[in-house]
Amino acid sequence: MVNATVEATRVERAWAALDAVPDPEVPVLSVRDLGIVRDVLDHGDTIEVVLTPTYSGCPATEVIEQSVREAIDGAGLGPARVTLQRAPAWSTDWISEDGKRKLRDYGIAPPGPVKAGGAQPVRIVGRRADAVACPRCGSPRTERLAAFGATACKALYRCIACREPFEHFKPI
Amino acid sequence: MQTSVQLPTDPAVQYLLRIGDTCLILGQRLGEWCGHAPIIEEDIALTNVALDLIGQARGVLTLAGQRCAPALDEDQLAFLRDERDYRNPTIAELPRGDFAFTVLRNAMLSTWLKLLWERLRDSGDAELSGIAGKALKEARYHQQHAADWVVRLGDGTEESRRRIEAAMAQLWPYVAELFDDDAVEAAAEASGLGPPASSLREPWLAEMAEILGEVHLPMPKQGNFRSTGKQGVHSEHMGYILAEMQFLQRAYPGGAW
Repeated sequence: MVNATVEATRVERAWAALDAVPDPEVPVLSVRDLGIVRDVLDHGDTIEVVLTPTYSGCPATEVIEQSVREAIDGAGLGPARVTLQRAPAWSTDWISEDGKRKLRDYGIAPPGPVKAGGAQPVRIVGRRADAVACPRCGSPRTERLAAFGATACKALYRCIACREPFEHFKPI
Repeated sequence: MQTSVQLPTDPAVQYLLRIGDTCLILGQRLGEWCGHAPIIEEDIALTNVALDLIGQARGVLTLAGQRCAPALDEDQLAFLRDERDYRNPTIAELPRGDFAFTVLRNAMLSTWLKLLWERLRDSGDAELSGIAGKALKEARYHQQHAADWVVRLGDGTEESRRRIEAAMAQLWPYVAELFDDDAVEAAAEASGLGPPASSLREPWLAEMAEILGEVHLPMPKQGNFRSTGKQGVHSEHMGYILAEMQFLQRAYPGGAW
């Protein structure tokens, strides 16, 4: 049996270290849960982590890069190098099932599957936004209060059944 | 005083600046609403859209800067150019006006950007294609939100109707420039960098007709006026917005935090 199958490789240890790196704006999710780690490459003397941004202007991107470098260095695998890769564009479909469950437990309605874009040229939605189940009571009777929320990735909803407001992670 | 950077005449750089500067200047205009929007939800919405636009601008300006010799970074391009070296169409720099003006301009420009990003996904430049794939998702949402408001104001009270009609009369003369072709657009098409401006006119009119048709808001007739921001010849408003944007980098060169 070769050694690599017994001991975790550097790449495996790096992935494990990334499990502990939270999204600074939704700390219940790790960067792995969020699906923004595209690849981890071992160059012998350095570990390269390939990240993809969530939104073009997301201010968390730079904090995440810093945290990733610190986590890899902290695991004794450094120095780490972070590269950004935009294509293919990140989708909320890449949030893991475990990540979606964590979001719901945290009080944020997780994104549903992304619909194929372009079928309908313009959508005028108003409050008739997509049905989103309340993360607290599970009722589908909810309404959108605001298309944008405290961070680029979320919208604000209210549950008509339990009257609680909640955030929804928008599918993109 | 920090001196201005010099730009090459490379048409690809000009083409990229037309896109990046539209995002940058519109983003700056929307940022002006921070703390001033009629309701807090819209305060948050307009600044969120601004944030996406600034992010898109950063990507495109970085790309444009790599094609300059010597290379320039996004900050040098954003803060150290003279007015005539900005290439956004004039419509992006017009003062923010009232809320009706802002949402109608957002509907017009997010529709334009959405159609442009859709086409730029097929750009021969892989980096531009990557930026477009990401920005397209954002522009769709911006368009949807702006269209909602155009409908709400167009179908609201007498006052909201009066304001959206006034906004249409003010904005419409600046629309034609978005679709003007010239040597820069032709070069972009020939090199496979991106589509020529004129090719977006028909799909833009079709999508705007769909939004405006919801509230029977007619498109005005096109007059003889032509704005020329894409050529670097801007309205009198451009100097003021640049003065505000550039003050810090001009007074404290290289300042960072």
